[in-house]
Amino acid sequence: MSGAPTLDVPAPGRMLDLLSGFVHELRAAGLPVSMTENLDAMRALEHIPLEDRATFKTALKTTLVKHADHERVFNILFDVYFALQPFDLEGDDEDGPGGRPGGGVPVPGSLPGGGAGGDASPEELMAMLMRAMLDPDALRAFAAAAVTRHAGMEPGRPVGGTYYLYRTLRALDLDSLLDRLMEQLAEQQGGFADELEERLAREELAARMERLREEVEAEIRRRLVADRGPEAMARSLRAKLPEDVEFMHASRDEMAALQRAIGPLARALAARLAMRRRRHHRGQLDFRSTVRHSLAYGGVPADPRFRRPHPTKPEIMVIADISGSVASFARFTLQLVHALASQFSRVRSFVFIDGIDEVTRFFEGNADLGDAVKRINTEADVVWVDGHSDYGHAFEVFHQKWGREVTPKTSVIILGDARNNYHASQSWVLAELRRKARHLYWIDPEPAAYWNTGDSVIGDYAQFCDGVYECRNLRQLERFVEAVIES
Amino acid sequence: MAERFESVDAVQEALRRVDYLADASTAGVVFLADRLEKPVLVEGPAGVGKTELAKAIAATTGSRLIRLQCYEGLDESKALYEWNYKKQLLRIQADREHERDWATVETDIFSEAFLLTRPLLEAIRADEPVVLLIDEVDRVEIETEALLLEVLSDFQVSVPELGTITAVRRPVVILTSNNTRELSEALKRRCLFLHLDYPDAEREQDIVRVRVPGIDATLADQIARVVRSIRALDLKKAPSISETIDWARTLMHLGVEKVTPDVVGGTLHVLLKYQRDIERANKELKVAEA
Repeated sequence: MSGAPTLDVPAPGRMLDLLSGFVHELRAAGLPVSMTENLDAMRALEHIPLEDRATFKTALKTTLVKHADHERVFNILFDVYFALQPFDLEGDDEDGPGGRPGGGVPVPGSLPGGGAGGDASPEELMAMLMRAMLDPDALRAFAAAAVTRHAGMEPGRPVGGTYYLYRTLRALDLDSLLDRLMEQLAEQQGGFADELEERLAREELAARMERLREEVEAEIRRRLVADRGPEAMARSLRAKLPEDVEFMHASRDEMAALQRAIGPLARALAARLAMRRRRHHRGQLDFRSTVRHSLAYGGVPADPRFRRPHPTKPEIMVIADISGSVASFARFTLQLVHALASQFSRVRSFVFIDGIDEVTRFFEGNADLGDAVKRINTEADVVWVDGHSDYGHAFEVFHQKWGREVTPKTSVIILGDARNNYHASQSWVLAELRRKARHLYWIDPEPAAYWNTGDSVIGDYAQFCDGVYECRNLRQLERFVEAVIES
Repeated sequence: MAERFESVDAVQEALRRVDYLADASTAGVVFLADRLEKPVLVEGPAGVGKTELAKAIAATTGSRLIRLQCYEGLDESKALYEWNYKKQLLRIQADREHERDWATVETDIFSEAFLLTRPLLEAIRADEPVVLLIDEVDRVEIETEALLLEVLSDFQVSVPELGTITAVRRPVVILTSNNTRELSEALKRRCLFLHLDYPDAEREQDIVRVRVPGIDATLADQIARVVRSIRALDLKKAPSISETIDWARTLMHLGVEKVTPDVVGGTLHVLLKYQRDIERANKELKVAEA
C-alpha cells in the first residue's frame, strides 16, 4: 500500500509477545491452536511485510485457523486485539483513501465532504448515508459518524457493545431507509421494468446495508477497545464458536450459522458411526462351527469361530416438545436425527404441545428441511386445549395411539424441558415405554441447574429414563447422538 | 530453493495472467505456501475454483501438474507406489537357469526398475517443478489420510525395500476438500488453511468478463447479480462459478443484450441442475418458465 504513514514495526521480541497473547485469546475462545501452528504463524510473519495489515491478517488466519466456522471468531478477536497495535495506523484491509485515520479515537473532520462528523445534523447525516450507500468507500466514514452521533458512548460505562449497536441501528432505521432508497432509485430510473429488476436492486442495497451494519459494529468495537484495552475487551466478548452457541439464546446470525453447521455435522457423525459399525465385524462365538473346526486340530479349539454379526440398526422414535420455549432446540434435534436417517432402520417423529401428532411424513423423501418445519408448524395437530405444554396429556395420547408400535428394537428419545404448566405428569406412560422399548432417553435444553425448579417435573420422568442429558448446544447434542447410537 | 513469487501482489498478478482472479487472501496464502514450503488445504463448496487454483498455479509457474484424485477405498498402491509383481515374477523365472542365490535375486527384483510410482511418489521424485494436487481429500477414509502425512510434512516417502526417498525440489501441494467430513487434526496441522467461498458480485462480474471474452460489461454485471440472487435462495445445489460462466456463454450465443425474466426463465437449467431448485427459483424470482 502506498501513501501509508510510516510505521514502527515492533521489535521481534515484542512481536512474539503480541502473537502469544493473541494465540492465548484464541485458545480461550475455544479455538484449538497447537504449538506447531503457533510456530508456523511466527515463521509466516518473517516472510511478509508487517506493515501490510491485510496480509498480516491472512498470514495469521491461514496458519492458526483451520476451520471455516471459526473464522468469524478469529476476525472479531483480531480486530479487538490488534486494534490499538501500531498496525492500525494503516487503516484497514480493503479501503483506500476513504479509510479512517487514527486508532479507535474518533477524529473530527475526517469525514468526506468536510462536515465535522461528530456534529452533523440529522439531515446532513441522512444525506451522507444516501451517498455512502451508493459509494462503498464512504461507508466506513459514515459508520464512524453514525456511532459518534447516535451510540452515545460514554467512557468507562459498563455496558456491552450490543447496547450501543442497538442504539445506533435504531436511530439509523435501516429498514425504512431501504424502502426510501428503493423509491429514490425507482424515480431515477422511471420505475423498474419488472419484478426481477426490482428484486436485484433491492438485494444490492440490502448487501450494502449489511456492510454498513458490520462497519458500525466494528467501529463500536474499536472504540470500546480504545476505552477498555484489548485484553479486557477480548475477555468480555468471548465470541462463541457455533458449536458452543446455546440453542435457546442464539441470535439471528448464530441461528444461521447453526443451520449451516448441522448438515456437515450429521454427515461427519454418520461416517464415524458407519465406520465403527463396519469395524465391529466380530459377532458371538459360534460354538458348533468352533467344534467342527477343532477336529482339524485333534479336538483342540485352536481356531475359534464367530457368528456373522447382526448389524442392529435401531428404530428411533423422537418425541419433541415444540412449544415456544423450546421450539428452536427441537428443530435442530429433529433435523439432526433425520439427517442421520441412513444410520437407522426407521426414524419416526412426533411433536406435541398439549396434543401430539406424528410428523414423519413431512421429512420423508427428499423433502426440504425448511419446508418440513413449516409444514409441521401449520399442519400438525398439536394443540389440544390451550397451546401450553402439557406433557402428561401428550404422553397419554401417544400411549393410546402409538404405544403398541413401540417394540424392543425401538429407542425412544424425548426432547423437552419438562415444564408442564402444573398439569399431571402421567409418568406411568414413561414407565410403560421403558418396559417395552430398548432405550428411553430424555434430552433437555435447559441448564441442569434449573431442572426441577418451578413447573419443571423432569425428576418425575427421569426415574424411568435410561438417561437424561443436558443438551444446550451442538457440541452436547453431537456427544449425545454418538453415545446413544453406540449403546 | 528459489522462490516462485516475489510478493503477494506478484502472486495475484501471475494468477491473473492465466485468467484466475484470486482475491487478496487467496494470493496471500499461496505466497506463504511457497515461502514456508507448506501444503495448502483449500476448503469450500463445490465449484468455487479450488481445483482451478492448483491448475492456475501450475500454469503460471510453468510446473507440471500431478493430480491424485481421492475416493473411498484409495490405498497405498494407488497413492504412493506399487511393486510390479508380474515383472518380478518374470524376472525370477528368467533367472531360474542361472542358479543365482536368493539374496541377489531379492535385491534385484526390489530395485527401481520394478517400482511403479503413483502420484505422491512421482511428485516427490520429479526433477522439474511440480504442483501436486490432492483432490477431494475428504473422500478418503480417515485411516487413509495417514498415508499423506509423511508426504505433507517432510516431503518424503518411505519404501521399506529401498529406504526413504526425499524430494529433490519441494512441490507446491494443494489439497481440496468439499467438507463432507471433518479432516483429522494431524492433517490440518500440517497445512495452511484457505476457505474459499462464492465470490461477491463485483468479483464474479470480473471473472465472467475475463473468462468470456467480448461480453458486454452491463450484461456481465446483470449476470453476476442474478446469480447472487439465486444463491441466496435455499437450494439443493447453488450455482457454481463455472455454471455462471456457462450461463454467460449461453446468453452470448443467444445474442442476449439484457437479462429479462423471460431470458432467465428460459435458461435457468444452465445454472441449476435439480428440478426442485429450478422450480423454486422460478417461483422466487417470478420469472416465466420455459
